[in-house]
Amino acid sequence: MKRRTILAGAVAALAMTSGAFAEDKTKVGFVYIGPVGDGGWTYEHDQGRLAVEKEFGDKVETIYQENVPESADAERVITQMALSGADLIFTTSFGYMDPTLAVAAKFPNVKFEHATGFKRADNVSTYSARFYEGRAVQGHIAGKMTKTNKVGYIGSFPIPEVIRGINSAYIHAKKANPDVEFSVVWAYTWFDPAKEADAATALIEQGADVILQHTDSTAPQAAAQKAGNVITFGQASDMSEYAPMPRVSSIIDNWGPYYIARTKAVMDGTWESTDTWDGIAPGMVGIGEISDAVPADVKAEALALKDSIADGSYMPFTGPLKKQDGSDWLADGETADDGTLAGMNFYVEGIKGDIPN
Amino acid sequence: MITLEKRPQPSKLWTAITPVLAVIATMIAGGLMFALLGKDPFIAIRTIFWDPLFNEQFAAFSRPQLLVKAAPLILIATGLAMGFRAGVWNIGAEGQYIMGAISGAAVGLAFHPTESVFIFPLMVAAGALGGFLWAMIPGILKVRFHTNEILVSLLLVYVAEFILASMALGALRNPEGNGFPGSRNFKEYPSAFNAELLPNTGLHWGVVAAIVAVIFAYILFSKHMMGFHIRLAGQAPKAARFGGVEPARLILFCLGTSGALAGLAGLFEVSGPAGQISIDFNVGYGFTAIIVAFLGRLNPIGILLAGLLMALTYIGGELASFMLGVPSAAIQAFQGMLLFFLLAVDVLTNYRIRFGKREVV
Repeated sequence: MKRRTILAGAVAALAMTSGAFAEDKTKVGFVYIGPVGDGGWTYEHDQGRLAVEKEFGDKVETIYQENVPESADAERVITQMALSGADLIFTTSFGYMDPTLAVAAKFPNVKFEHATGFKRADNVSTYSARFYEGRAVQGHIAGKMTKTNKVGYIGSFPIPEVIRGINSAYIHAKKANPDVEFSVVWAYTWFDPAKEADAATALIEQGADVILQHTDSTAPQAAAQKAGNVITFGQASDMSEYAPMPRVSSIIDNWGPYYIARTKAVMDGTWESTDTWDGIAPGMVGIGEISDAVPADVKAEALALKDSIADGSYMPFTGPLKKQDGSDWLADGETADDGTLAGMNFYVEGIKGDIPN
Repeated sequence: MITLEKRPQPSKLWTAITPVLAVIATMIAGGLMFALLGKDPFIAIRTIFWDPLFNEQFAAFSRPQLLVKAAPLILIATGLAMGFRAGVWNIGAEGQYIMGAISGAAVGLAFHPTESVFIFPLMVAAGALGGFLWAMIPGILKVRFHTNEILVSLLLVYVAEFILASMALGALRNPEGNGFPGSRNFKEYPSAFNAELLPNTGLHWGVVAAIVAVIFAYILFSKHMMGFHIRLAGQAPKAARFGGVEPARLILFCLGTSGALAGLAGLFEVSGPAGQISIDFNVGYGFTAIIVAFLGRLNPIGILLAGLLMALTYIGGELASFMLGVPSAAIQAFQGMLLFFLLAVDVLTNYRIRFGKREVV
């Protein structure tokens, strides 16, 4: 027994010394759900990776793997990254949750950061952005701009993050325009230009003249451009190549500052497991420039809404609000707590249709 | 002048050599592609074919992973090969794989949290049955109404994908999952978990099943009457009919067997490496297995080797992707080249090349 401990100690010491020689550079890995050229979600994570490289120069080495399915493959990819000597690994899609936790248990000295999940461990942090804050601004513009009073919404998967976005956009569109109606189409994909274009076209044919999307490609933008007189919003990335029409604004995920801070923490040895959920105020959620296609007064209102969210004077989920079934959710002036938001599985009153299950 | 001359019989020598030639041609063309992308072709090829097996940093992990990745491919391809030999084209193994996974997982989850040694065998049976029944739809439609099994089985893949999404979001969703999609994780349910049989070998029940399937298929093709009927129906349908082969029975046998094997592959995957039913559970094993079946010459031993080779390009491709920054699209192109060159050099099996002037007749 004793001999074994000594042996184990020797092996550990050996591993540490060889590690110390190899690790004058901090190695940071990124696992992506889509291709880095998707122009949306993965593109912005990759911009974050490049920001880390720019910030630390020779002191870091970054590696990434794109198009990793949310299946048994994810666990293998993450394991191989850890084996390759990564000190910090960002897994940037919800479906990597269990694989990330499983790999983290095998590599206690490697730090892991999982985006949009809710399971943590001593060496696994979670982080996400309060996209619903951006959705509020988007909803306001959508409500003001629609002439047919029909807003089409391309959902990816009916998970809390997406449902939160739909609710937030709807609440603020309704405030701006009481006659507005939302139609939600579920694409069951994060990135599939063909499916996204089909969904957008179907919504436009049903009379929608505003298309909101929670999928990552620019295909809905192209479909709207083709249809003419339909407005869209950039998703995850600015998608400014479609400005000023159809893209009138956007929600931009800005991961760079967070990735830099976490990499720094690993370098300094101050990294701790945390749960980060940042919004407009710290800059994790950005609102892309509101184009000239939007009237000046609407733009001013939208920016005022953004500022009030940023300075904390307004929370997008503030009562009185009812659930879709008519039951009370938030009393007058009451705001939603993070727990409810994190697990949101219901529509607010007024949205038609059911959440698939 | 170069001419092709048809061989009286396919060359035995070339049948054996062409896969090797295809791999070498892929390495050359792939190497050129990597060079054009600005990567050192020798390092890229070494990373794909050598590192997963022998790199001391990765091999201990990736060698077992080879089995994990190859097992479902081999299991499905073995079943498909039977049908392909008989001229029964089951293109929808992906759907049967999904339905097997759902059926097996549903049985396992129904027993949660009871612990018993009978649960896993029941799940295996349900997995095979799920795939079998899903394959019976194109089978019975073909036998009764002469529908085209290629179209029906393929389209049923999309139906299966929607059922999968619905299960992940509804009936099989983890009640303790905070409303997120996806079932309970079988890794936390020992009786239903398809664990590694020996630690760090990658050997799970799915690998065992794949090996058993290969052996059975080998015996079936070489020794059994059914195997003879399958070959006869594929090569000479009319002769087969005179020879007493019932086409309906043969169709149902081929579709049913390949469906059941695909279902088994799905069950072993969901209860082991994947761990849970999720919306994106299927990653195309059912389609890749078609390539594996042909790469392996519809021969069980060939399929075994082809499955391992395919798995190697996946795992090595991943290594190349993040170690060298090769785009994942280039890796897919590389895998595509393999099939392309195999089909291209296949010509040499049936034809011989003649140099010189064509004789004047």
